[in-house]
Amino acid sequence: MTSPDPNATFARRHLLTCEGLKAGEITALLDIADKAADQNRQVRKKRDVLAGRTLINLFFEASTRTQSSFELAGKRLGADVMNMNVATSSVSKGETLVDTAMTLNAMRPDILVVRHHAAGAVELLAQKVDCSVINAGDGAHQHPTQALLDALTIRRAKGRIAGLTVAICGDVMHSRVARSNIDVLNTMGARVRIIAPSTLLPPAAERLGGEVFTDMNKGLEDCDIVMMLRLQRERMEGSFVPSTREYYHFFGLDAEKLARAKPDALIMHPGPMNRGVEIASTIADHPRSVIRDQVEMGVAVRMAVLEALARQLRND
Amino acid sequence: MRKTITAPPSTATVFINARLIDPATGRDEPGGLLVRDGVIADLGQHLRRNAPEGAIVIDCRNNVLCPGLIDARVFTGEPGQEHRETLKTASNAAAAGGVTTIVVMPDTTPVIDQVALVDFIQRRARDNALVNVHVMAAMTRELNGEEMTEIGLLQRAGAIAFTNGKSTISNTRTMRQVLNYAKDFGALIVHHTEDPYLSGSGVMNSGEVSTRLGLPGVHKFAETIVIERDVRLVEMTGGRYHAANISCSESLETIRAAKAKNLPVTCGVSINHLTLNENDIGPYRTFLKLRPPLRSEPDREAMVQGLAAGDIDIIVSCHDPQDVDVKRRPFAEATDGAIGLETLLAAALRLYHADQIGLVPLLRAMTSNPAKLLGLPGGILEIGAPADLIIVDLGQPWVVDKAQLRSRSKNSPFDESKMQGRVLRTLVAGETVYQYDDAVR
Repeated sequence: MTSPDPNATFARRHLLTCEGLKAGEITALLDIADKAADQNRQVRKKRDVLAGRTLINLFFEASTRTQSSFELAGKRLGADVMNMNVATSSVSKGETLVDTAMTLNAMRPDILVVRHHAAGAVELLAQKVDCSVINAGDGAHQHPTQALLDALTIRRAKGRIAGLTVAICGDVMHSRVARSNIDVLNTMGARVRIIAPSTLLPPAAERLGGEVFTDMNKGLEDCDIVMMLRLQRERMEGSFVPSTREYYHFFGLDAEKLARAKPDALIMHPGPMNRGVEIASTIADHPRSVIRDQVEMGVAVRMAVLEALARQLRND
Repeated sequence: MRKTITAPPSTATVFINARLIDPATGRDEPGGLLVRDGVIADLGQHLRRNAPEGAIVIDCRNNVLCPGLIDARVFTGEPGQEHRETLKTASNAAAAGGVTTIVVMPDTTPVIDQVALVDFIQRRARDNALVNVHVMAAMTRELNGEEMTEIGLLQRAGAIAFTNGKSTISNTRTMRQVLNYAKDFGALIVHHTEDPYLSGSGVMNSGEVSTRLGLPGVHKFAETIVIERDVRLVEMTGGRYHAANISCSESLETIRAAKAKNLPVTCGVSINHLTLNENDIGPYRTFLKLRPPLRSEPDREAMVQGLAAGDIDIIVSCHDPQDVDVKRRPFAEATDGAIGLETLLAAALRLYHADQIGLVPLLRAMTSNPAKLLGLPGGILEIGAPADLIIVDLGQPWVVDKAQLRSRSKNSPFDESKMQGRVLRTLVAGETVYQYDDAVR
């Protein structure tokens, strides 16, 4: 861990990955987000740092919370926000990703927020456009704003990130949320644990920067944060895990397993949740659940990222 | 306050004048053994002639007293095919053959792939079976070879290992996932290894005999190829793997190489593949139609040597009762399988009498080795171990008569065969569940 430089700023053109982000950069973003979060609780939520700017949400994959969160963040900062509906766009007519990027680029947006089902697609697109690009999730690779909003949620609830033990549990193999979080949490000095059945662990999981557990009870021992991941339906039917029932029994967060963690451990989930699969309903609604705070912090973090990127935009 | 509660003296039974054989430790010496409350309470030379006061005395007359056999591969027809065999009839056959623990396969109707069905077998066995019955559950749903079962929950319910029964998982990805997933639970994966595409419509070992008989053959590499693949998957995942029933020298070589690499790989061989070969099929004897098929004599010899060398871990009966309707057919149309519980020990003793293997290593492959492999408490002579015991007269000659066999189906490949060595008494948890005539008094 590098100690955060008090004068550090986030001075990048794109936000594509959490890998390589410096502690100072993350802290700078979280500091801006902190203020945005407070502002978002006021009646007057709007500012004009993005006045005159155009933000395009380009989602090749369905999303509710991330897309609306970016839309709201852009609007609260005064940008013109456009949502590209890929289902009715020329993409569905066979246009390649690069052609779509070039077409949009010609419309002179300032910031492009992109989600794509293929790992690396957002980076490819970023190479082809003149505007700033934010990765809103590419395949099983990265989802940087999710990791940042998780970090903000933790920092606001616990007052710090460094030194905390954070367990990331579930389908790590297919999770971009896990990869981004492992990067950010390690950079910020947290101790990361990765908990999953062997069939949902990526190869070389132990090399990612976390201690690996296949027994959830052991993995949760003395954790400060329990971060659950979503298990996709098509992976529950005997291909990766035998059934939702068995998965819930061994890897679903219930009161009994939660009791292994510290008494003040926080419960997190990036959503959308499968109640009764990876998390018990009562745990999702537990007093120590910060799942709804994560959604709130999502808007704040995205505002912070937009604001930081806007500072790098050309003004001529 | 000191109050001595005197429990009613539990009845003890002492076996005197025994030749104690404990395959786990290699003990083979004259002595005696004391059973109390279903467990071995004491054993050794000091009990050879001296019976503790009040104990029931059984004179072994210098016959072998050893742990009862554990048979890790038994097919029954319960539930669904009770006309072939029930847990009760299989356990009767087991008791008469000196087998005190049977592990039943999930190839039933319905397939044992759910917690409730494991529970069903356990309750039926508790109420009806003379011997210990354990369940090996299905590792894919309905043995379909594609979707894995609830291995964790099935294990909690009592399943001691997981198998695809008589079928092979040809989907390599599924096999990888099963091994990978089972590893987290330390669960053993037991696989019947035969590439179904390569074996095709084959009905016996491919070679000169099959050609002369005009029957389609199964090349032995249909087995070896699957084992070679599986060993790589074990290397990839670290899952515990057991080849259920190997039959040729090349498969043995693969297993031996895997063990040399310290991979968690073991294998079993059926009594049929140790004592019979393809020539025994003779004039299309369908009781010798098996999966894997009986191989050539050199392969059989390789199995015996592999057993003697300890490369083959366990001997199984592969007891597979089939009724006459499915056996009394042209060879190619007959169903595979042979019964074997009642003849397991006697057939195995052929190898001992032929000086092909010592008595202790032979018994080890049917007692302590399967116990260790499956995590079962029996198979050993030590204080506190369950009194699952057999008294065996190694020399007694007899002739197999299928009409006398206790199994509900009579498809014995050893019918009318001469045997040497007979179980005189079988005890499960200290209770006598079988006694041959009144030979032991």
